[in-house]
Amino acid sequence: MAQALISRRAVLAATAAFAGTLAAPRVSAQPRARLVIVGGGFGGASAARFARDAFPDAEVTLIERSRSFTTCPYGNLVLAGMRTVESITFGYDGLARRGVRVVHDEVTAVDATSRTVRLANGAPIPYDRLIMSPGIDLRWGAIEGYTEAASARMPHGWVPYLQPITVLERQLRAMPDGGVFIMTIPANPFRCPPGPYERISMVAHYLKQVKPRSKVLALDAKDGFSKQPLFVEAWRELYGPMVEWVGASNDGRVTAVNPEAMTVTTEFGQTHKGAVVNVIPPQMAAKVARDAGLADQSGWCPVKAGTLESALVPGIHVIGDASIAAPMPKSGFVASTHGKQAVAAAMALIRGQAPPAPVYFNTCYSHVGTDYGISIVGIFRADGDRFIEVPNSGGISPRNEAMPPERRAEQRRLEALYADGWYESITREMFGLS
Amino acid sequence: MPVRARAKAGWVRRAAAIVVLGMSGFGATGPAVATDALRVALVTGGCTGCHGTTGEGGQGIPSIAQTKTRAEFIAMMKAFRDNQGNPTVMNRISRGYTDEEFALMAVRFAKPN
Repeated sequence: MAQALISRRAVLAATAAFAGTLAAPRVSAQPRARLVIVGGGFGGASAARFARDAFPDAEVTLIERSRSFTTCPYGNLVLAGMRTVESITFGYDGLARRGVRVVHDEVTAVDATSRTVRLANGAPIPYDRLIMSPGIDLRWGAIEGYTEAASARMPHGWVPYLQPITVLERQLRAMPDGGVFIMTIPANPFRCPPGPYERISMVAHYLKQVKPRSKVLALDAKDGFSKQPLFVEAWRELYGPMVEWVGASNDGRVTAVNPEAMTVTTEFGQTHKGAVVNVIPPQMAAKVARDAGLADQSGWCPVKAGTLESALVPGIHVIGDASIAAPMPKSGFVASTHGKQAVAAAMALIRGQAPPAPVYFNTCYSHVGTDYGISIVGIFRADGDRFIEVPNSGGISPRNEAMPPERRAEQRRLEALYADGWYESITREMFGLS
Repeated sequence: MPVRARAKAGWVRRAAAIVVLGMSGFGATGPAVATDALRVALVTGGCTGCHGTTGEGGQGIPSIAQTKTRAEFIAMMKAFRDNQGNPTVMNRISRGYTDEEFALMAVRFAKPN
């Protein structure tokens, strides 16, 4: 390699020698770094795409048991009749074409000592560093009577690989006019803090058009929720008395369900009967992470804020919903920002270098009606091993009273459009389509 | 495993050139810290989630792909921080980043100087 880096020829030669590598160039005698990623969702797919773009010399393996991925985001728009489930479902060919080794198999165990991932069908896969993005499991039985079997009658629609959104969609379409759509909402932390409230909005949007005598009754284990003042003012404006939200202080916390009777019972003994009952149960990190010793007593996986490396098991990074990354919400965008940082950190650590200081970015858009979008923005950094939100930044969309009347409709219309733009941009990026 | 044959994005070459010129030599030991090119990729990792991989935008999200000079780009991000420029979301977003990070974003998205 040229010693004099001053001449233009030397600069060009050196730049060319990068061979697309954005980070430290590999000395030719070193073996290729082996990065293995478990889980092909927002975190894992984004990590795989970023790894291929930023570290073309690395071997990137993505293990995902399903051959297609239906996003949780925009599942609520399927309920509203605004999207088809096909339009929110993606394959892995794009990533494979970009050089990701995609392995469609189930992980049975992670051996952190020998640094291998064991599979149900294929040979074990060795790694230099492992990134786990396995998502969540539902806590069956945390609500009395809400077993996995019960979820056929009272769908959750919260984990697409367990239950497609079409199960809840079919029940909603079959609901008689005048029926009550009941939703039960868990305490924090759970996947997608604004998600239940977007679903309330999208269900109400559908019912108002097609079954206007119906009601939506939301029973919440909490008193506060994400973007609450925006949701509340939008529901008042768009759906009026059709939507009733009951917080924990007003006996909103559901403690038991009866799928045969289609009833739910609250903490202080009230019973409500629904024509459709959507139970969003308490959650935890997916089993594959818990079995690998990555979760603490909370059922979620503690990580170091700078690198997303597990606080419990060295050599393994945990990203996305499975991780404890508060104050960051459990969102797809957060998982994707985690994925990029985890890849950079993992590759630095493989090479014995200092990982770059992270900046994490999130915007959660919610659709409340047609041409009515709202959002929450957050930018986060690491302060030692803790995640912190950047002071005086981010925040929720302006409330109506904060805008001149002539601006309000435009703000809501643009945010609904931007939500669509976000969805298209991020899915094209994470699945290697752009 | 196939290696992508298509041309490296222009911003990668520009960012890589920054790194090469800043180093005293490489080969035997390699640089010890993350390169500017990697930092650009990480700092702009959130931008692409809405503006797209090349910044081309879509669905009403504006294109930021080489539409402004570096000075204009940085000035625009600073203006958003002060609620100027009729922002819908960019005021809330820009307040999360530093001036140095705006410059890194400009390496990727602005016209090359």
